[in-house]
Amino acid sequence: MILGLYNYWIVVVLMMVGFYIVIAHGNLVKKIIGLTIFQTSVFIFYISMAKVDGGTAPILAEGIKQFSNPLPHVLILTAIVVGIATTALGLALAVRIKEAYGSIEEEEIQSKDNLNC
Amino acid sequence: MLLGIYGLLSASFFVVMDAVDVAFTEASVGAGISTLLMLVTISMTGRSEHPVRHKPLLALAVVIFTGGLLIYGTLDMPYFGLAEAPIHQHVAPRYINDSMQEIGVPNIVTSVLASYRAFDTFGEVVVIFTAGMGVLALLSVARRSDDVTKIDSLNMSMHEKYLILRIVTKMLIPFIWLFAFYVQFHGDYGPGGGFQAGVIFAAAIFLYTMLFGMSTARRVINQSLIQLLAAIGVLLYGSVGVVSLLNGRNFFDYSVLATDPVAGQHLGILLIELGVGITVASIMILIFFNFTGRIEDQQNKESQDL
Repeated sequence: MILGLYNYWIVVVLMMVGFYIVIAHGNLVKKIIGLTIFQTSVFIFYISMAKVDGGTAPILAEGIKQFSNPLPHVLILTAIVVGIATTALGLALAVRIKEAYGSIEEEEIQSKDNLNC
Repeated sequence: MLLGIYGLLSASFFVVMDAVDVAFTEASVGAGISTLLMLVTISMTGRSEHPVRHKPLLALAVVIFTGGLLIYGTLDMPYFGLAEAPIHQHVAPRYINDSMQEIGVPNIVTSVLASYRAFDTFGEVVVIFTAGMGVLALLSVARRSDDVTKIDSLNMSMHEKYLILRIVTKMLIPFIWLFAFYVQFHGDYGPGGGFQAGVIFAAAIFLYTMLFGMSTARRVINQSLIQLLAAIGVLLYGSVGVVSLLNGRNFFDYSVLATDPVAGQHLGILLIELGVGITVASIMILIFFNFTGRIEDQQNKESQDL
């Protein structure tokens, strides 16, 4: 059944939406939002791979034999918090660029840089 | 706002996928904090965007081509939910079968996070710490002396405006903190742990700051103390590793912390989760304080210009 792969296709679509925002928009905040969507698609990919049919959450309890894979959960759990910290750093850079150049549009920043040279 | 809904949706997706720990984190981070930070940034950088995009057709072509290649790549992957997939064959069975004897913690995610892969988690905590320091270096504002004089007038007007909201918030904050501590110390047995608890703890302080204003929150919470706490969290985590090193074992091998190896593991996990929680909470508070402090700074400048 080819439909068994649909989860991965949703991941690909989400990832490409994020990718399109990153390359097609000149606004720095929009680019960061695109990166966030891209990042979430990777999270969803990992968690989808960890899923086992008939398995439950990986917390040991009486009478449960089948668990989903705990390792991707660990990786993604930390990646989410690291992701918000790095996103905050990117947003902080955008704020400083706005203060220094008066704009967060890539082209305007570029033209101002060229004038200074 | 849409991003917040997106965060909440992906959190519910993770619950469906049996990843309760991850869902917990995504619900507090994706739906709460990241939306807040985006809104704060947009309020500073302006909400309008340049309508011209660079070569949208070319970008679309690149995106469709890459997406097509990726979908072609997935055709070779094992089907979704298959128990025989290669990912479930290597280390996962060992974690599932042996972690109860070796670590003695029912939540496998916690035992992998804090014990088997403790070194990795230590790296992540250091990354969070470094990112927080970066935000501090970029956005930090000097303390202003006029904070104290402005507070009284601000408070009066705020009291009349959002009376119900403020009183409900005041009642909610202790419960949010109680829940954060529950998540922190119950992480061994149920979903939870230092990362989630830190974010929830910080969220209560965000709520307070949003309703009572930055200058009041600054007086309640000392920023240099928070900076110190962020460093202490990382140090606590690292020193647990050094203690086991000094006792002649590997870095982050907690078996030596007590006479009984399993009890030692328990103690070690408790300590490093505490370190993670302290660091994450303080870094989140620091990031938020510096972003909002920047807004107030800009507003002050504008009012002086007028």
